[in-house]
Amino acid sequence: MPEFEPKIVAFCCRYCAYTAADLAGSMRLQYSPNIRVVEMPCSGTIEHGVILNAFEKGADGVYIAGCNLGDCHFLKGNVRAIKRVAAVKKVLDEIGLGGDRLEFFHVPASEGTKFAKVANDMTERIRQLGPSPLNKSAAGNAKKEGGQTA
Amino acid sequence: MIVAQQKPINDIAQMINDCKKVLFVGCAGCVTVCLAGGEKETEVMASAMRIKRTLENNPLEAITYTCTRQCDPEYIASLDNVVKDVDAIVSLACGVGVQYLAERFKDKWVVPALDTKFIGGSTVHGVWEEKCGLCGECILHRTGGICPIIRCSKSILNGPCGGSQYGKCEVNKDIDCAWQLIYDRMKALGKLDKLMEIQPPKDWSKSRDGGPRKAIREDVMIDE
Ligand code: SF4
Ligand code: SF4
Repeated sequence: MPEFEPKIVAFCCRYCAYTAADLAGSMRLQYSPNIRVVEMPCSGTIEHGVILNAFEKGADGVYIAGCNLGDCHFLKGNVRAIKRVAAVKKVLDEIGLGGDRLEFFHVPASEGTKFAKVANDMTERIRQLGPSPLNKSAAGNAKKEGGQTA
Repeated sequence: MIVAQQKPINDIAQMINDCKKVLFVGCAGCVTVCLAGGEKETEVMASAMRIKRTLENNPLEAITYTCTRQCDPEYIASLDNVVKDVDAIVSLACGVGVQYLAERFKDKWVVPALDTKFIGGSTVHGVWEEKCGLCGECILHRTGGICPIIRCSKSILNGPCGGSQYGKCEVNKDIDCAWQLIYDRMKALGKLDKLMEIQPPKDWSKSRDGGPRKAIREDVMIDE
């Protein structure tokens, strides 16, 4: 049975993590191909509903990547994103999907290696958790292969 | 505004457990401002509920609609076509909105998603405080604009009581003593003499003690 390949949505602030992704590319760093990067004007623009929507549409994991504390281009966007992520984690725990599938990471623009590490770490975490029961394609594939779905 | 808070999601889920199609109705009034039941919160709740039910192998069709207000018949009339084939309606308005929906859609199971807490306002973003007890006869002109009915834990009219300590209420050290606030403000305004007038017992028949209340304005009523 082929290893489960998670689908992960990475919401990345353009002033840090998104720029770090470019840097990772320029540095020719290899990182997990499982992440789908969505450019955000600031990590603080993330909304509860958008995160839930990604899970509803079948994402196995979601993360928000913003600047280091004190470095936000809009001063406190990352602080707000962290709070929102915590609130949605709670909802995910309550409804049974599990808050572990969601995370916030600090990825400064100058750290291409950190961008790659975060992508790899999150992929590994989600691989351990198994496919989201809402990810129809993963469940279907696993069944076809005679494998177990989480 | 009316301040409300969402019930635990599992409590709401319980109320609609046997329903296949549910309409979640938000309100663009007070509950949007206190971030409990506006358009955003309604979408989030519907989404969370769909995910929960899918995980339980009991899929739910959840649709949403946000009314300008749920406490006016004309604003909920637009739901007439939307409710037709739903098994239940979850209202994210205050208790008033829930009752308006239940009254209009008599054959529908209408349930509340919020706990209606109090009327008040925000102090900072994300914090709301109770400010008025809806007593029916406002006395703020006697108390420096600070309400003793709801902000004094004992609702006393001639305060403070003996439990006032260093500006805090004996009920909880995080609660300001309303009567200390009243005294300080009246002193700053040079109106301490007004506090020497003893307030007679309040006429509670103007509040809830007279049964449910009604307000009528003949001059604005539209004749049939
Ligand atoms: S239904 Fe309730 S929350 Fe909505 S506007 Fe009316 S009073 Fe405010
Ligand atoms: S005195 Fe009565 S009407 Fe005035 S703020 Fe207090 S409870 Fe409300």
